[in-house]
Amino acid sequence: MKNNRRTFIKIAGLAAAGLAVAPKATLASGGHSPVKVNKDSAHAKRWAMVIDTTKINTDEDFAPLIKACHSIHNVPDIPGNQNVKWIWTAPYEQAFPEQLNPHLDDTVKERRYALLCNHCDEPPCVRVCPTKATFKRPDGIVAMDYHRCIGCRYCMAGCPYGSRSFNWGEPREHLDLEALNPEFPTRMRGVVEKCNFCVERLAVGKMPACVDASNGAIVFGDLNDPDSSVRQVLRERFTIRRKPTAGTEPSVYYII
Amino acid sequence: MLERALKGSPRYYGWIAFLLVVIGLGAAVWINQLMVGMKITGLSRDVSWGFYISQLTYLVGLAASGVMIVLPHYFHNYEKNKNMVIFGEFMAIAACVMCMLFVAVDVGQPSRMLNVVLHPTPNSILFWDMTVLCGYLFLNLLIGWTCLSRDRAHMKHPGWLKPFIYISIIWAFSIHTVTAFLYQGLPGRHYWLTAILAARFLASAFCSGPAILLLVMKATEKFTNFQMPKDAVKTLVKIIIYAMCVNMFFLALEFFTAFYSNMPGHMHSIVYLFAGEHGHTEMVPFMWAFLILATVCLILLIPPRWRENQKILPWALAMLIVATWLDKGLGLLIGGFNPNPFGTITPYWPTGKELMVSMMVYAIGALIVTVLFKIATDVKEELNEAQALPCGCSTDDECDCTAEKAEA
Ligand code: SF4
Ligand code: SF4
Ligand code: SF4
Repeated sequence: MKNNRRTFIKIAGLAAAGLAVAPKATLASGGHSPVKVNKDSAHAKRWAMVIDTTKINTDEDFAPLIKACHSIHNVPDIPGNQNVKWIWTAPYEQAFPEQLNPHLDDTVKERRYALLCNHCDEPPCVRVCPTKATFKRPDGIVAMDYHRCIGCRYCMAGCPYGSRSFNWGEPREHLDLEALNPEFPTRMRGVVEKCNFCVERLAVGKMPACVDASNGAIVFGDLNDPDSSVRQVLRERFTIRRKPTAGTEPSVYYII
Repeated sequence: MLERALKGSPRYYGWIAFLLVVIGLGAAVWINQLMVGMKITGLSRDVSWGFYISQLTYLVGLAASGVMIVLPHYFHNYEKNKNMVIFGEFMAIAACVMCMLFVAVDVGQPSRMLNVVLHPTPNSILFWDMTVLCGYLFLNLLIGWTCLSRDRAHMKHPGWLKPFIYISIIWAFSIHTVTAFLYQGLPGRHYWLTAILAARFLASAFCSGPAILLLVMKATEKFTNFQMPKDAVKTLVKIIIYAMCVNMFFLALEFFTAFYSNMPGHMHSIVYLFAGEHGHTEMVPFMWAFLILATVCLILLIPPRWRENQKILPWALAMLIVATWLDKGLGLLIGGFNPNPFGTITPYWPTGKELMVSMMVYAIGALIVTVLFKIATDVKEELNEAQALPCGCSTDDECDCTAEKAEA
């Protein structure tokens, strides 16, 4: 009796797995996932972003970008220093505290700089996370699994760029529930979050929301492809990255 | 043996009841934290760890410090410590439990804590910290309980225990080293990014831990017949002094490195803590209080005449405990987060609710210490070891009470 039931469960399980996997095995990454990969999805060996601060540098310039990012990702607007932000702006001395000189060109000093997660090549946040809730994808994006996160905030201590936010309270209290983006999950309290380089948009072949909203002032592409738009601007223009001495190899570049 | 914890004087029961009330109150606040989230704390986006984690850091030192009694006894056959060893081990048990509770109250999703075990991540120091803490708790439970049961039965300590004791001595160093590694090695946190952080942690643990233990033992002496052997106390105080001197020396090394090199990153946190920066001076009084208390306690402890005065000693030890707590508990944590990654300052101060939850954890620790020490002192009394003599000596001292009495 027992044996029979076990055999039945086994066969049923195998059949179900077979049904799920078989027709899509060739499409899905790794061949095991029953999830269908969008064939229009954007691929890269190493995603990177270049922000042209000569073109986009005031709070008014950035407002639509921040709004685009925060609205499609359901990022709550919380007052005070327990806030959550994925992309925000800061003056030069806060964005590049190590690369400051007292006689810096006034125009450079007066610009605002967009700050977001740098999707570092050597991300300390991944190194310190005790649950692998923060992990680096093969395409260089440092992603997060909010369901895995225990909220220890070690990654916040580890990130040298202050790119992470913690949900100290219930984030949905600070969201306009009418204007939610139903296609992106809201978060629960007690987990960390940050910019995800719009993986969900790349997966359907779209560029990140802030890039789309920047009218060409932000370039996004594959750092490993010498012909990519990103590599082209990096060749032609002088760029800097935040805190080079931290050794994290950020993927966000700034044209000064 | 546990039944011994149930029989006690009304004062003993009163104390236990008081602790239970504190635990109850703290638990209510903690439940509130679970319901509404950690927004009840004073933590922020920039200072993401606070009072809870700093207590963990400090108490790991208390757990590790028991080794300063165990080590002379087992490695150097220092017999005078014989009757103190069990208290060091029991203190370590309470400290380990408090450490784990502080981790538990600090995470945003405690129900997912098991993820650390389910998805072991060797590259994360937090994983190792949990591992070594659990291991140390287990070792101390095993050793402490076995030794005490054997003592009570007038039996020798079993031979198989020896390897565990030696492992536990080395393990004690590891728990505090690993806790230092939690901080050490994070790029961008200059105050923590120093190779001697683990050494500083150990030095500070080996003075503050035994100091706390001595004070707790002094209280124990008041309420029981237990009396610490005089020589054991003397040795322990010497260890405390040496460790405190080394601790202060290490701090001086940090100052030298920061200011002689003139590296902004290394100087900023220290300047913020000791002098204030960008108009933020909230830490300055505390850090100077630390320096002053540290100096005064060393002045009181170094001359043998004063440190052997049992009236002065508790005060000097209390100062030392406050000083090391200000340095390692408060300054180290806040100085690591400030200046924040943007070079600005975000002040942090624990909220009343945070303190209530912390009180709960401390009360649980005190309860464990009370119960375990009660059992241990009962057994010692039964064996007539380290018992108080009328003249204030311990039966372990070679002291002829009658002679002294005659003199007086
Ligand atoms: S910027 Fe911070 S959060 Fe983002 S990948 Fe780098 S270290 Fe991690
Ligand atoms: S807060 Fe979450 S993502 Fe960050 S280190 Fe802890 S478990 Fe990992
Ligand atoms: S890449 Fe996407 S998630 Fe990141 S800041 Fe831009 S819009 Fe937001």
